[in-house]
Amino acid sequence: MNNLYRKRLFVNRFNLVMSLATMAFGMFFLIWILAVLFGKGFSALGPTLFTQMTPPPGSAGGLMNAIFGSFVIVLVATFISTPIGILAGIYLAEFGKDKWVARATRFINDILLSAPSIVIGLFIYTVYVAQVGHFSGWAGSFALALIAIPVVVRTTENMLSLVPSSLREAAVALGAPMWKVILMVTLKAVRGGVMTGILLAVARVSGETAPLLFTALNNQFWSTDMNAPMANLPVVIFQFALSPFDDWRSLAWAGALLITLTVLILNILARTVFRQASVR
Amino acid sequence: MSGASSTATMPMPGQTESRTERETRPPRPQQAAGQWQDWLFERTTMFFALFVLLTLVAIILALGYTAIPAFEKFGLGFFVTNVWNPVTSDFGALAPIYGTLVTSGIALLIGVPVSFGIALFLTEMCPAVLKRPLGTAVELLAAIPSIIYGMWGLFVFAPIFGDYIQPMLTRVFGDLWILGPLFQGAPSGIGMLSAGIILSIMVIPFIASVMRDVFEIVPAVLKESAYGIGATTWEVVWNVVLPYTKVGVIGGIMLGLGRALGETMAVTFVIGNAYKISASLFEPGNSIASSLANEFNEASDPVHRASLIALGLVLFVLTLIVLTLSRLLIAQLAKGEGKKT
Repeated sequence: MNNLYRKRLFVNRFNLVMSLATMAFGMFFLIWILAVLFGKGFSALGPTLFTQMTPPPGSAGGLMNAIFGSFVIVLVATFISTPIGILAGIYLAEFGKDKWVARATRFINDILLSAPSIVIGLFIYTVYVAQVGHFSGWAGSFALALIAIPVVVRTTENMLSLVPSSLREAAVALGAPMWKVILMVTLKAVRGGVMTGILLAVARVSGETAPLLFTALNNQFWSTDMNAPMANLPVVIFQFALSPFDDWRSLAWAGALLITLTVLILNILARTVFRQASVR
Repeated sequence: MSGASSTATMPMPGQTESRTERETRPPRPQQAAGQWQDWLFERTTMFFALFVLLTLVAIILALGYTAIPAFEKFGLGFFVTNVWNPVTSDFGALAPIYGTLVTSGIALLIGVPVSFGIALFLTEMCPAVLKRPLGTAVELLAAIPSIIYGMWGLFVFAPIFGDYIQPMLTRVFGDLWILGPLFQGAPSGIGMLSAGIILSIMVIPFIASVMRDVFEIVPAVLKESAYGIGATTWEVVWNVVLPYTKVGVIGGIMLGLGRALGETMAVTFVIGNAYKISASLFEPGNSIASSLANEFNEASDPVHRASLIALGLVLFVLTLIVLTLSRLLIAQLAKGEGKKT
């Protein structure tokens, strides 16, 4: 072999090995982060986590109020964002298509999908929290809903556009009005995919911290009042992790583990549901 | 909507009624009722689509309006002044803007080559069996909440980075002509460089998945003809795949940049919260997002609050521009897809 061939072969090998190395780089950090999280989180896990309130500095306690608050805030956010997201998605896929309203909305939606979540929190602060004069669970839910909506819109539209026209035509030919065709035929045909979108949206917002800082804030005590500041896992983790108290820090790790497990399980669930839906 | 339609080749269900049909056969009463419901349904869905559209406008207007006190007091100088003093109520955005740009720059510098490598591995080298699990694993990096990156960064990564990596960087690069000052200073583990590195890990899944997607749309014929004349895998990727997809690849990088600019929690934990512009990347700094997370709830002075909201507006407009470019580029690639053969 002459030199040119040898050089080309070498460059090829070298770059492919580098490519392998980058993959290893990514996996290394994934495994490292998860290992640390599980190591520190599991040792802090215990039954008191779910039965006691967040403690004052320097004493043991649990995360009961924060877990409950997170659950309620995310649940309300899901109930707000799901109908809005699905209806907007229906418009884009079934009515808007190439009209300028639909094209503009699609574009803006894609941008909102990656918009900084802290700015969404700031927005809800200026239009809601500052107007009513206090932080509240509602505000937290509104902020999370605004983050979830683009995800639902995007998946709903993508899923609906996968439905073959023949299915719609068959329903229309039977004399069904358009709204029935869409709600009872097309949307039903892709409900697995739409569910995936909702699950992914829930997964996305469950771990969000930044938008809750200026909206739900935090609450050291048990509270079911959505109209008052509400404890939630991400903000509690943020506060406890940066504190100098060992009890607080270990609670933060336990909370971090809970959140990550929730998000990962939701992600896996979404993938399996979607896989089944597309096989069917 | 005509019931027993005779047009077998109707293009869209929404436009089934051809003109001749409407003239010859007027709709029956229940169809008229159906049309009224259809109209209402379409308007309802359109209302929510417009809701999404107007959210963006509302964000800009609301932040802009609330930030007015800051702009009134500091004018355009707000963007170029390096001062942040809540006591004297004197604010300038230069340091946080600088911190945001520098950390995002570092993130791209590391994240882009790594993402390219991962995309190359997944599309050209990976055995088919591993493609799915490894692709999912990379996407899991994006699923981990950013506060987890922050905690890991502060308690695990930063100590190791400060004890071993930073002294090494100083030894290797510290005496170089231009790069030198970047790598000098106390190796504390926290600071702009740590924040940038953690950001780079966070943007990898976003950039890599766009790159993978656009690499996969390259027609097999193109690659096969290059392989056919004896090109190596690397030559195919570098000379055929990359030029064909470069617009989409840049779009992916922009998407990653948009993510990096607005990332809050991970940066807040490790950047050090200091309003200063220093030559060294080891020094603590502040990004726009981390200033907001650290200070907003403590800011009681209206000018302080307005200044922070003005910072948020700057961040939003910045990401808006970057993400718009990203979308336009990716869309342009999709448009060219049909034309090139």
